[in-house]
Amino acid sequence: MSYFECIHLGKTYKTPKGDAVIVEDFNLKIDEGEFVCIIGHSGCGKSTVLSMVAGLNEISDGTVVLGEREINGAGPDRGVVFQAPCLLPWMTAYENVMLGVDQVYYHASKPERRQVATYYLTMVGLAGSMHKRPDELSGGMRQRVGLARAFALSPRMLLLDEPFGMLDKLTKFELQQVLLDLWNRERLTAMMVTHDVDEAIYLADRIIMMTNGPAAGIGDILSIKFNRPRDRSEIMNTELYYEYRDHLITFLEERSAHRPTKVA
Amino acid sequence: MGGSQSTTSIASLSVLNKPLLGPWHSGTQALCGPECRDKPFDQTNNYFIMNSTTASSPTTVEGLHPAKKKFTYNPNQVAHTLDKLGLGYFSPIARLIGRDEPSKQVKAITQNTLLPVLAFIIVLLAWQYCAGTVKTDSQKIPSPAETWVAWKDMLAFSAAEKSKEKDYYQSLNERVANYKTMAFQARDSGNVSRAESIEKRISKENAKVYQGTTTFFDQIGISILTIAVGFLIATLIAVPLGILCGLSPLVNTALNPLIQLFKPVSPLAWFPIVFVFTTWGIDQPPAASIWQRALFTSAGVVTLCSLWPTLVNTAVGVAAIDKDHLNVAKALKLGWFKRIWKIVLPSSLPLIFTGLRVSIGVGWMVLVAADMMSQNQGLGKFVWDMYQNGDTASTAQIIIAVLFIGAIGFMLDRIMLVFQRLVTYEEQSI
Repeated sequence: MSYFECIHLGKTYKTPKGDAVIVEDFNLKIDEGEFVCIIGHSGCGKSTVLSMVAGLNEISDGTVVLGEREINGAGPDRGVVFQAPCLLPWMTAYENVMLGVDQVYYHASKPERRQVATYYLTMVGLAGSMHKRPDELSGGMRQRVGLARAFALSPRMLLLDEPFGMLDKLTKFELQQVLLDLWNRERLTAMMVTHDVDEAIYLADRIIMMTNGPAAGIGDILSIKFNRPRDRSEIMNTELYYEYRDHLITFLEERSAHRPTKVA
Repeated sequence: MGGSQSTTSIASLSVLNKPLLGPWHSGTQALCGPECRDKPFDQTNNYFIMNSTTASSPTTVEGLHPAKKKFTYNPNQVAHTLDKLGLGYFSPIARLIGRDEPSKQVKAITQNTLLPVLAFIIVLLAWQYCAGTVKTDSQKIPSPAETWVAWKDMLAFSAAEKSKEKDYYQSLNERVANYKTMAFQARDSGNVSRAESIEKRISKENAKVYQGTTTFFDQIGISILTIAVGFLIATLIAVPLGILCGLSPLVNTALNPLIQLFKPVSPLAWFPIVFVFTTWGIDQPPAASIWQRALFTSAGVVTLCSLWPTLVNTAVGVAAIDKDHLNVAKALKLGWFKRIWKIVLPSSLPLIFTGLRVSIGVGWMVLVAADMMSQNQGLGKFVWDMYQNGDTASTAQIIIAVLFIGAIGFMLDRIMLVFQRLVTYEEQSI
């Protein structure tokens, strides 16, 4: 049994015209400590898969197993980073992180909990701004808080839903680095949804390519064999990088419309 | 990005260890071994440090004391604070003191002052004209000058009343002191029964309270007390009920028809019903107490009329809460109470306070009418009594009362505005 597993996962919405099948028969195994990216066209249902795993969207078919237990609803054992930072605007960055920390470390003393929040905010580079409210922070800084909040939960699994999709390219690079550094330290099992090919290659151990909806599923899987810790410019100078890139882009442009009859 | 600051960052960071693990990890397992604690930041991580130094404030990691700020007058900041407090009128003055574009400020001040003064003068002239024209056999509209005289009379009356009260208590105290010496002497001479009768008289005297006429200013005080009671009860009912309505469509469906039915009811129609309740539920206190039954009747009417705006706004605010924020609560599995307290309430506070602001305005308007009917010793009763007098001086006093009612209503609105601005956060753009 794998650490994490989606078994025949499916999502169907009932509409007046009959059932609308968004995702169908999605099977995926992830090992502990593995970083997996799900890539696909917009609206193909990759975010639906992630929000079902997060427990924020109801599962229509199949099950999700995490750490030998079937997931049942949302919970802080999964750290979610949303596309929008989703910080509570009436709380400071520190309080936003503390909200989750208080929830998870209810058995710890106040100074210990404070230390957890401070540690992760420092790790994402916000030591100097942790008592600012979201409206005083830039978009990139807000998403740093989002990362700190997810990592501070010490979750069983990290779920990232296009976390850098709204940021400009430079900020995106910075934040990918922040994410990768944190991940290198903690090696959390991670599942990230993205539509950025370079981001996926840089971050992931494995890239799951999803076919277009309706009834989207896994089209192809690509293992990324770069060593960790990775250096962006170093891997971009290798042949392999462009092979991976070609593979992904060819899939997205040519093959994503057809669902293979058998998944490898 | 000074080099000295980046060293403080490193120093402060090395204090921090990777702390605890969540309850789903087995206790012994540590995700970050000591090897990564020892070198928290190496060359490749350099940008962390750079980022923490770009922030202007000193590092606030525990154990480091932020540098003390030296006080300087920042006109912009003071003006901003004044704006926030609803005193935007004074912000050009604050800027002028700080020499922030003086010519612009002088222009703003003259404009802000001249135009209202001009409008005021026009109203005074119109009033003066009416005073000469609008007349019946027994009554007329008093002129501004007559009103001014009436105001002086009111001040004099109130001062006289206060000094009368003072005299009363002074003579009372003297009498009591006299009795005390007499009682002492009686006890000294062994006449116990006489001493006891004198002591009885002392306690009787002490229980006496001055029975004077309530002055205009006492009545203002009573009015404010009444609206405070009524508004407090209305808030305590409306906010929790509004939260329930906003959270649960079922509760909303159940209550909505009632809300729509009772919202437009006039305070005068509520009065007899409230009167029955207070007469049944509240014992008439001694005349000297300020907690008269009539006060609660008025407050009850205020409650019934002013709770609707808060209730409706709270329900709307709670129902309109950002789905992202609710998702955060869901993902963290916050408990019911924590979800209300940390997410629902703060996010709907701006709309709740908008409702409270409307409510207090409605309550203040209702109060005058309620006081007239319940004979509560507030401004409404003052207006009613003066109306019963029916002479020109009384009408002048009513005009004074009208001005005071307006001014206090405005003040209440400003107070609520300040609260409303304090709880309104800037919406984040992404």
